[in-house]
Amino acid sequence: MAGKTLHDKLWDDHVVHQDDDGTCLLYIDCHLVHEVTSPQAFEGLRLAGRTPWRADANLAVPDHNIPTTNREAGITDPVSKLQVETLGRNTGDFGILQFDVDDPRQGIVHVIGPEQGATLPGMTVVCGDSHTSTHGALAALAFGIGTSEVEHVLATQCLLQKKSRNMRVWVNGELTAGVTAKDVILAIIGTIGTAGGTGYAIEYAGSAISDLSVEGRMTICNMTIEAGARAGLIACDDKTVDFVAGRPYAPKGENWERARLAWQTLHSDHDAVFDREVSLRAEDIDPQVTWGTSPEMVVPISGNVPDPSQQTDPDRREWHGRALAYMGLEPGTPMRDVAIDKVFIGSCTNGRIEDLRDAARVVQGRRVASNVVLAMVVPGSGLVKQQAEREGLHRIFQEAGFEWREPGCSMCLAMNADRLQPGERCASTSNRNFEGRQGRGGRTHLVSPGMAAAAAVAGHFIDVRDLH
Amino acid sequence: MEKFTRMTELVVPLDRSNVDTDAIIPKQYLKSIKRTGFGPNLFDDWRYLDPGEPGQDHSKRRLNPDFILNQERYRHAKILLARQNFGCGSSREHAPWALLDFGIQAMIAPSFADIFYNNCFKNGLLPVILSADKVNQLFFECGATTGYRLTVDLEAQTVTTPEGQMFPFEIDPARKHRLLNGLDDIAMTLDHTDAICAYEARQRQQAPWLFSGFGS
Repeated sequence: MAGKTLHDKLWDDHVVHQDDDGTCLLYIDCHLVHEVTSPQAFEGLRLAGRTPWRADANLAVPDHNIPTTNREAGITDPVSKLQVETLGRNTGDFGILQFDVDDPRQGIVHVIGPEQGATLPGMTVVCGDSHTSTHGALAALAFGIGTSEVEHVLATQCLLQKKSRNMRVWVNGELTAGVTAKDVILAIIGTIGTAGGTGYAIEYAGSAISDLSVEGRMTICNMTIEAGARAGLIACDDKTVDFVAGRPYAPKGENWERARLAWQTLHSDHDAVFDREVSLRAEDIDPQVTWGTSPEMVVPISGNVPDPSQQTDPDRREWHGRALAYMGLEPGTPMRDVAIDKVFIGSCTNGRIEDLRDAARVVQGRRVASNVVLAMVVPGSGLVKQQAEREGLHRIFQEAGFEWREPGCSMCLAMNADRLQPGERCASTSNRNFEGRQGRGGRTHLVSPGMAAAAAVAGHFIDVRDLH
Repeated sequence: MEKFTRMTELVVPLDRSNVDTDAIIPKQYLKSIKRTGFGPNLFDDWRYLDPGEPGQDHSKRRLNPDFILNQERYRHAKILLARQNFGCGSSREHAPWALLDFGIQAMIAPSFADIFYNNCFKNGLLPVILSADKVNQLFFECGATTGYRLTVDLEAQTVTTPEGQMFPFEIDPARKHRLLNGLDDIAMTLDHTDAICAYEARQRQQAPWLFSGFGS
């Protein structure tokens, strides 16, 4: 019998019950909760007279709606305010831990989970947010769910699931200097497409993946959903264990020793069989920039805006044409000639300390270009912000003309006041360049933190390696 | 949850691939703490010419006459015909809520994104997968025929055209059963309370650190 994939192992370890048709009742170890996708779930619990199965397996934090400036003034938008207050009331009523807006641990749910040791190797982790795939970087089975499922997990600590198929994406070789995890995942999405992973859990493997830091691996797993797969996974190794060690909710004492031992099995067996395998060479990956309204519409920085008429499939031709019209770009334009109006550095994709260090290295001693009307850095959490300030990164950004903000999701999805105006073009370290994602009519180009920083100082896209 | 059995209803063709959940229901409407009322903002950026904000009087907004849902012949459609990878992007269940609130009860496409597909079943909204060829044919017929209606029969797992051409579709038997009977997933899971407790007891021994908890 063939060996098991990491996904198989995590799955098998959490099956409570299996129906004849393969539908499983899967046990959930950790449920992360935020203000946007939970109110209707708590309301459902109340209406049915139910209580959480295990309140202490839930960790809540407001992140999507909250302001990144002038926190003392509170939330001015009454609709947002009510939603954030509702999370506070719900977690209070049901005995669930919440890091509220004044808590230094507050931040983007997918940044604080690993930061607190709340999400651990070997766990099942869910959240009403598609970027829950982030936590798979710790060899956890982590995926996003809808609000009905949020209610289901609250009430039963389980989910009804059918197992996804196994895909493995290899990235072997060595990344060249200036090429980051963000470029790797954008290149992968560019290769397999935004529906390439539909129905799969994707494990990332190969020397270029194991050479990444755990934070870089989170960036990779984070955007797995942009490749269509709900869960991304990376095997547990010494880096993973070192990352987790000593974090507030990480196991301690005897439990730590037992956990470490258990985590050694969290990798795919050498004879495991995958349903699909894809391979990229690390040396072939250059810094990436998206040009369109889907993350798969991506080219290397040396590339040009593609010509839709070159697409043979009529559906794609139409789709690409529509994207270019929305983005206000002409076919054949070198990406380096595309000027930007705003820069956003942050999000659950790229709002961790290493991301801020990468960006700060580029802007140090430079100035934001005069045509850039706003360049902002939004740390992924209060603790990331504190760490960055200890390292003096905030000063580097501020001296260059960046705004240094409070933590939250911010302009990744523009639910708070941070957004693009119609027609504005943004170099963004976030994860989605959909129409209207950063504000109605806004034009988003996804890049790495270093590339966003480079675009900020140049006023247009450039190869970050030219600034090193 | 509402039951879904069989319907013969008007079809609206949305001829775009990779329609994402940000397009289905833009982020500003996710601030609501309710499950209802999202219908007027379904496809908001495409449907209206003016920017949408929560709390607006929608009757005073400028409709985009070119957008398919605004055309009189499709106003009361209950079946949405779509292209591949419909519902990609975020996990927001507000997307199926908005479709349902507008009146859509079934969708037909060559493929749907995973989380969206899953969310539909939790709300009695039926996503039907047919091959790209068949979907193409339906788009053609729908565009050519005013008042084009399809019959979607969940029990029989078929889509039937006005001409009587019948296309079978696949669906997970458990999902079909729950949808046909409008069953509550949580109640069904709680029938397995003993199994959940037994699993927890075993795990507490094997991996006690998973039960340390976050406190409150």
